[in-house]
Amino acid sequence: MAKRAAPEVNAGSMADIAFLLLIFFLVTTTIEKDKGILRSLPPIDDSEIEPPIIKQKNLFTVLLNRHDQLLVEEEEMDVKNLRQAAIDFLDNGGGENAEGETCTYCRGKKDPTSSDHPDKAIISVTNDRETSYGKYIEVQNELVAAYNFLRDREARRLYNRSFQSMLDEKAKNQFKKDEKLNAQIETIKKMYPLKLSEAEPKN
Amino acid sequence: MSKFKNKKKGDLPAISTASLPDIVFMLLFFFMVATVMRDSSLMIENKLPDADQVEKLEKDRTTFIYAGKPSAQYKKFGTEARIQINDAFVAIDDIQPAIYQAINELREELKDKIVVGLKVDKETNSGLVSDIKQELREANALKVMYVTNVKKQQ
Repeated sequence: MAKRAAPEVNAGSMADIAFLLLIFFLVTTTIEKDKGILRSLPPIDDSEIEPPIIKQKNLFTVLLNRHDQLLVEEEEMDVKNLRQAAIDFLDNGGGENAEGETCTYCRGKKDPTSSDHPDKAIISVTNDRETSYGKYIEVQNELVAAYNFLRDREARRLYNRSFQSMLDEKAKNQFKKDEKLNAQIETIKKMYPLKLSEAEPKN
Repeated sequence: MSKFKNKKKGDLPAISTASLPDIVFMLLFFFMVATVMRDSSLMIENKLPDADQVEKLEKDRTTFIYAGKPSAQYKKFGTEARIQINDAFVAIDDIQPAIYQAINELREELKDKIVVGLKVDKETNSGLVSDIKQELREANALKVMYVTNVKKQQ
């Protein structure tokens, strides 16, 4: 004649389970941080200095029309080929820079009809007012990627590490200046200076 | 026989509620951690474009400008893309004062390092973005970050 009431579930370990879950979520959730493409705008220049004449061969023209179609150096092109085209143009090294030095680190075709030196090579982007912003960013992204690719290649050749890791280290130690690292980053930036010009949209 | 008779029908044991506070606290903590604070509520559609050559944004020196088509409940402002700063739609001429104000609110050592984050819907015409950039140049806030979603590198 034993009284058989169902035994009560022991709730003592519930708190442990709760904390376990809490810690799990604490560790796994990341608060999303905004990321994007950083770009410096040209300052407004009121002076009446004539802009220097740029040779056509040192200019890589990218046109983006209102139907989001891409015209690169007078030829229609798909966005996915733009990166390689820009790399080929920047890395050509067919001549000399302003100081009369040839590009010793370029691995391009040395085509005399393409850019002389990464110092002189300018990429010019023109878009219509009605170009969609998404496409515009896509093109900007590909062009920045071309520069990053070349800078990364040189960083690996000279310092045996990726350019990104150098920038990361600089950002981590932003309060204590590492002169050597900064000098290295400057060297690489000078090898392939970011010369991306944007014209006012015409129509 | 009496062995079976003993089981009465309505004799269910009460469920212990001792763990309820734990569950509630757990949910509370979870939402506290996972929620992202947004300081201005968006009145526009804001689907960001994708890019893979991205850098991190430094929150302490950034002010945001949003642009895009007004979202469903703000249809009365039309279907043309608009600019939003903080909590209001602004005209193109109001960008400069807003930038000066944002610079004023920054810490002293960051005042000349201001970055303007452009959160622009990808369907927007880039002409509007050019207008914004022109205003930023006039306000001498030359660092711009096109805020994007991060696309995985192929």
